Order: sequence, then structure tokens, then C-alpha cells
Amino acid sequence: MRDEPDTSAIAIRQVSKVFGTGEDRVTALAEVEIDIRANEFFTLLGPSGCGKTTLLRLIAGFDYPTTGEIRLYGEDIARLPPYKRPINTVFQNYALFPHMTVGQNIGFGLEMLGRPKAETAARVDTMLKLVRMEELKNRKTSQISGGQQQRVALARALAPQPKVLLLDEPLSALDYKLRKEMQLELKRLQHETGITFIFVTHDQEEALTMSDRIAVMSKGHVLQIGSAHEIYDKPSERFVANFIGETNFLEGEVLAVDGASASVRLGAGATVSAGVPDGFAPKGRATVVIRPEHAEVVAPSGAEAFAGTVSNVVYFGTDTHYYVTLDGGEEFMVRRQNSRGAQVFDTGARVGVRVDDGAARVLRD
Amino acid sequence: MTNIPAPPDFEAEAHQTAARKNRLLASPAVLIVALFGIVPLLIVLVYSFLAPAPYGGVLWKFSTDAYLNFLFQRDIFSDALEFSPAFLLIYFRSFVFAVVTTVVCLGLGFPTAYFMATRPPAQRNWWVLLITIPFWSNLLVRTLAIMFIIRDEGLINITLMSLHIIDKPITLLYTNFAIVLGLLYSFLPFMVLPLYASLEKLDFRLVEAAYDLYATRRQVLWRIIIPMSMPGIVAGSLLVFIPTLGAYVTPLILGGGTHLMIGDLIAQQFGSGRNWPLGSSQALILMAAVLVALFFYVRATTRGTKNG
Amino acid sequence: MAKTRAPLDTKEQPGFRGVALFCLFVLYAPILILMIFSFNSGSIVTHWEGVSLHWYGTAIANDDFHSAAKNTMIIAITATIVSTVTATLAAIGMTRVKPWKGLMTAFMVINLPLMVPEIVTAIATLSFFALVAGKLGINLGIGNLIIAHSVFCIPFAYMPIRARLEDMDLTLEQAAADLYATPWHAFRRVTLPLLVPGILSGMALAFIVSFDDFTITQLVAGPGQTTLPLYIWNQIRRPMTPEINAISTILLMVSIIVVAISFLIARKRR
Repeated sequence: MRDEPDTSAIAIRQVSKVFGTGEDRVTALAEVEIDIRANEFFTLLGPSGCGKTTLLRLIAGFDYPTTGEIRLYGEDIARLPPYKRPINTVFQNYALFPHMTVGQNIGFGLEMLGRPKAETAARVDTMLKLVRMEELKNRKTSQISGGQQQRVALARALAPQPKVLLLDEPLSALDYKLRKEMQLELKRLQHETGITFIFVTHDQEEALTMSDRIAVMSKGHVLQIGSAHEIYDKPSERFVANFIGETNFLEGEVLAVDGASASVRLGAGATVSAGVPDGFAPKGRATVVIRPEHAEVVAPSGAEAFAGTVSNVVYFGTDTHYYVTLDGGEEFMVRRQNSRGAQVFDTGARVGVRVDDGAARVLRD
Repeated sequence: MTNIPAPPDFEAEAHQTAARKNRLLASPAVLIVALFGIVPLLIVLVYSFLAPAPYGGVLWKFSTDAYLNFLFQRDIFSDALEFSPAFLLIYFRSFVFAVVTTVVCLGLGFPTAYFMATRPPAQRNWWVLLITIPFWSNLLVRTLAIMFIIRDEGLINITLMSLHIIDKPITLLYTNFAIVLGLLYSFLPFMVLPLYASLEKLDFRLVEAAYDLYATRRQVLWRIIIPMSMPGIVAGSLLVFIPTLGAYVTPLILGGGTHLMIGDLIAQQFGSGRNWPLGSSQALILMAAVLVALFFYVRATTRGTKNG
Repeated sequence: MAKTRAPLDTKEQPGFRGVALFCLFVLYAPILILMIFSFNSGSIVTHWEGVSLHWYGTAIANDDFHSAAKNTMIIAITATIVSTVTATLAAIGMTRVKPWKGLMTAFMVINLPLMVPEIVTAIATLSFFALVAGKLGINLGIGNLIIAHSVFCIPFAYMPIRARLEDMDLTLEQAAADLYATPWHAFRRVTLPLLVPGILSGMALAFIVSFDDFTITQLVAGPGQTTLPLYIWNQIRRPMTPEINAISTILLMVSIIVVAISFLIARKRR
């Protein structure tokens, strides 16, 4: 399944990172295996402490892996110091040099590479134009706003034309509106420069809207890698299903498996056909997930997958959440768009719950 | 998941070569202080167990007289040891002066530091500058300034006499009062600055919370503000107590050579007293007293962080 | 229920303003009086006769004052350079490293001069140089004073430099490394420029501490090694004239100017 080393911009091979020794030993990364393609917008997504920032620091060179290789277009760079890697970073707090102007900050990398002054100056102007900051070239970095600092940090990291750009939660310090704006801006920059972006975030919405592919991480492990669609619609692990969006977990028993789908009898009564993760053969007890927008509450007719009683109704403007206590005792949440004329159920009403075809997925657990 | 092997050595090396090189940068400063700061103290320790040479310096002959002299005096004729409280009195006086100075400095310094910390930021800077200037000004000159005021012909006596409140000058200079006044004046900034540093960080939302829970101004002060600024109070008290205990310049100028403190006693043994071993033993006893104070400081601060 | 006219000022404590102003008065009145009397034209220290710069003239014309000022400057400048350079190196060597066993010891050694009472340092240094002169026959003259001053200036220079290094955002140095700066370039272009205010205030403290020192100098100084504080001390023991006020005022002004400058540097950089 693995890409050949030279076709990946970055290939993480069996990378582990252990901090401390003896009783204080903490495994921050455990045998991580990732291939990041050239010109890709790749996101490392996970809660704090999942190892995503540690992995980014290993790629940048601020720390070395305990074991494993990090290949940049086939060449192992795992033990090169950061200043010898053609990889640049946009830091979470921007880390702009306070004693230099905007222009000096952007030109710093090229200057350190020993490029001719004229070339550096021209490149600085190009970068300023790229991030639309031409008129602020001679300002001190303390005299510009947070959003502008963000752009300078981007321009500074892009100026030396790195092979890979690392972004460490760069939007977390911005307010909501500016964050939305910068998300589009980042996509545009990635498109225009054609540079491979590796983006670290704990914000699932940010990851889903921006990334070509996402790696979901937890406790030092990569749980699933895939496009936003794959991650959202076909979660293979309980953690992934739970961390991204909301979902219903139902326990059941596998009756039969047929390639990519399995027939599962749920504790709640119905038997559903559920998708199966690649290369996995479920048997015995299994957990099935169904996204709340892939189900519907209707007046009970007996033909639905489940029957139950509405226990709570929460109105959200664009949609309404129905919490249904199924007859088997499990809680099930249904999200319904508030279209005109939709039938409304009150707390205590008897309802049937209809599940869309192909909505159920068996988890690897 | 499988076990991750322990880090191989080459990684540790790659990381630490730079760090190890950096360590060496500390060596010039450490060597200078060790050679010219610590070695001299060891020499003092050795000297304290030797006999005095007649015209200053030491005779290389083991003797514990320097320590015995702290409490006893050898009778010139019979060579018998007799109890002599002279040095003990000087130590006692120094201790009392140091305590009084510290307490009064705290009483004046705390309100001052609190007032500074509650000014708007721009004003605060000026207050800090105003307290910092005396902090770094010449101690000898500042002591001289006090002397000018309290002399018989000084400003206080002249003013009182010209107002006919008194008709002959009150003797202020060369008294215990003069020394304590001088110590207070010298070390007040040493109390205010650490107190200010700790009060400036005080979270005033906690004060508001206390008021919200029916505390009065006085209760807010004693139950919230003072307990929370304890680290500053301890640090300030120590910064006043330690130099006061070993004060030399102040009693030298304002005590007129008659009201000795430990510092003058030590200096005297190396000057006119010509008894270096005695001076050395006195210095070590003073050091021991300072170490005891530091020990209490460390205990107070570590306990504070444990509870906090 | 009692009603009050203005909302409660939660930060106010009654009487504290008065104490603060009183402290300011107490701290400044004596030095101001001392300074004012330096402009007295009469020859009696406490009897005002009129404004004049007469005593400044007398003070400055004095050869002994010249040699004391020269000694003071030689000692203070040399000790400042030695202590600031070694303290800067030490601060870098003790913050930009992985913690190691000797770190705490090194820290305590460097700060030792702050913990030992000055009079003890003074007699210890005296004993040391007496021993060196007696046993080894080495006497560095004014060099003895320079060494003694450098030792107690080191912790004063060290403190602000270390504080500055500790406050510095480490990601700045990482950003420099990320942008192809070698460790030396990262230090030269990022760490050092950001450290300058700390170094300047360390220098200022070291200079003042050396410039003002009396106790250690008095015990260690040999004949002919009079510094300005010693010069004042010698004057006190003679019949006093406002000349002493003039010299004192000059010393105070040096302290005030140095403190004010380092204060302004710190504020500008913040």
C-alpha cells in the first residue's frame, strides 16, 4: 500500500519518539507511518497531547526521533539540524523577530542562505505582494495587528521557497472572522505556490474545510489517514468517529460479512447492513456508528429500523436535534433540517427512526 | 503496540554537544568568584583557628582562643578564663537593631509598596524610579546626609532652637537612635522594591471577590492582601535584616566608634585591634547567623509554594 | 442599609497614600538638603550664607580629588567590563543548556557575593591578598581592588542578563534555526540583539556598585589607592567644609544619572 519513497514529499517511516527515561518515560509517538504527497495540503488533526506537534517538530528538526526515518523526497533528514533542512515553519505564536522590520523578517532566511542582496530584496517584495502587505514593509513587527503578523510569518516562511511548509496551529490566536478569512488565504497561497503544506490543528472543522488529506492522531498513534469525506463518512476507529462530528454508537452482533459490508444485528432490534473498514473482517460483537444526519424521525409505522420515545428536543435554528430513547434502552440522536412543513414531534412522542442506506459503519475497535 | 526501544546514544550526543559547549561559558565567572570569593572565605576559616601576630596578620599555630574569646577573656596575670559579655552584648545589640530596623521598614514599606502597586501603570514607573535611585545611591553619602541633619549644629537642632522649643541642642548623633535611624534610612528601599514586585502581581479580582463575600477593608488587607504578598514580605525582610545585621558604614559614622555593631567589631580586629584570628571567628559567627536567616527564608518560601 | 455616594474603590487602603508620601519625603529630604548646602558660599557646613559654586571649584581643583576620581574610574570601568563579559557568558551558559548536575552549584557560586555580608567579604579579601603578598610576593597594586570589585560586581551584572534570557521567547531562536541560521548566526542576529537591554542594565548595576563601594575598598586599598568614597571618608574626619557636600553631590549625580539611563533603556525596549 505504501508509496515509493521518492514520490512522497515527506515519508515518515516507523517514527517513534520517547521522552524521559525510567519511570518518567513517555511515548509521544509510536511507530508512526505517514506518506505526504507533493503539493498536498496535509493536516495532522488531534486533541492536545496526541503527538501532532511533536511530529511537526521532528519534521522541522527541533528534535530528533528516537527511532525511524523521516524522508524528504527519498533522503533521510531525521538527524539534520533545522538550518540544514529546506523546510520552513509558521509558528503558533508567529515568533517574529521583534528587533527587525517586516521586510527584514521576511528576508532573514534568504540572507542566512547567503543569497545576493538584490535577489533577496526582490523576493521580499514579491512575498509582500503575495500576502498583500506591501505598504507595511518598514514597520516594526510590534506595530502591526495579529492578522498582519500572521501574514508576515507566512511570507517569512515561504520566502526561501521551502520544499515543505509546516504550520503549527497558526490560526488559533485569531478571532473567528479573521480565522475564516485566513483559512481561504492559506488555501490560495498553497495553490499559488504549489508548496506542500503540513498543517497542525485540533480544530476538526478547520481540518475538514482546508485539507486534501487528514491524519487523525491520538496518544501518539495515527488512527486513520484519508480525505475529509473518508474521515467523516467512513470512520474506522471509535476515537475518529467520536472526535470528528457527532455520532451514535450502537452495539450489535455480526451475522455475516460480504466483502466491504457486514450484516449486523443491533441490540436495539433491527438488523442493518454496515460498511467495513479496509482489510478488516469483523466477527462476534461489534460497534456500529450512524451519523445523526443520516437518520430521520418519522411517525411510527413499524417499517423503520428502530422505534422509541422522544426524550428531548433541542432547536438550533437551521436544524433540530431529536434525542430518542430506543425501545432497547439506547439513546439515539437525529439531526433534522428545519425545512418548512416538516412534521414536529414533542418530548414524549412515540416515533420511528429510519436509517439511510449505507449510513451504518462497523468500527475496527 | 510494540515496545519502543530506549533512545540510542548517538541521538543524545547530537543533542548535547552544543549544550556541553555552552556549559563552558559559565566557567570564567565561576572561576573568578571561586578563586577570589570562596578561597578568601576558606582562608578566613583557617585564620580563625590560628594565633594573632603582634602587628596584624597571623602566627601559624593552632589555637581556639578566637572562639573562646567570644564569651571569655583570658586574665593577663593568672591566664584563667573569665566570662566576659562584651562581645555578646555587641551581637545582641546588632540583632536588636536589625530586628527593629526590619520591623519599622516593613511597617513603612508595605503601605508604600501597596500604594505604588495600585497606581496607574505610567505613574507606577515613576514611583519605581524614585525608590530605585536611593536604592543604588552611595550608602556612605546617604549616611553622611543623615549625619548633617542630626548633628548638634544640624538642621533639626537649629530649627528647634530658632523656634525656641529647646535652648540647647539635643544630642542625637552618636546614639543608638542615630544608628537605627541611619539603618532605616539606608535599607528602606531594600524593603519597598521586593514588596512592590510581589504586590504588583497581586490579582485584584481576588480582592473584589473578598469584598463580594462581605469582607471589610481591614479584613481584605489582613486576610487577602498580606497573606498573598508573603513571598515579598519575606524577601524584603531578609534583604533588610541581613545587611543590617552586618552593617559597617552606618554605625561607623553615626555611632562614632562607641556604639559598635558586629561589622565594626570585625573591621576593628583587622585594623587597630590587630587580632586577625578574632576578627575571622567573628566574621564566621556572623556568616552562620546569616545562613540561619537564609535557611528560614528557604523554608518559608518552599512551604509557601507547597501550600499555594 | 447604608448608602455611599461613590462606588467602593476596591484597591484603596486608608492612610497608605500618606505613608508612601512620607517615605518619599524621608528618602529624599536628607540628600536634597545635602545637595542644597553644596551651593552654600559660606565655609560652615550648616550655616547658609548664599548661593555659589565656590566649593565645587575648590573640590575640583584639589589634586587628591583628581587622583581619587582617576582611581575610581579605572577600577569601576575595568571591573564593569570584566564582570559584564563573564556574567553574560555565564548567563548564556546557564540558560541555553540542558540542566546538568553542576548547574545549581554554579548558580550558587556566582550569587555567593550577594549572600555574604560585605564586611566579611572585605576582611576575607584583605586576608587573601595579604597571604598572596606574604607567601608568594605578589602584589598587583590597584589590580587587587579591580579583582575584588569584579567579584562582587559579577552577580549584579548576572541577574538582569539572566532574567532577560529567561524571559526571551525560545521560539525566536528556533525560528532563526528554521530559517537556515546556524547556531552562531542565530545567536549573533537574534539572541544577542534582544539581550542588549539586559546587558546594558547589568553593566549599569556593576558600574554603580563598584563606583560606590566603600567597605571592601577601605579594607583592601593600599596606600595611594584612594577612591572617591574613601576620599569622602578622609574628609569627614577633618573639620568639614561644604566641599564635602559638593563631592557627595557629584557622587550622587553619577548614581542618579546611571540609574535613570538604565531605567529609560528598560522602558523603551519594553
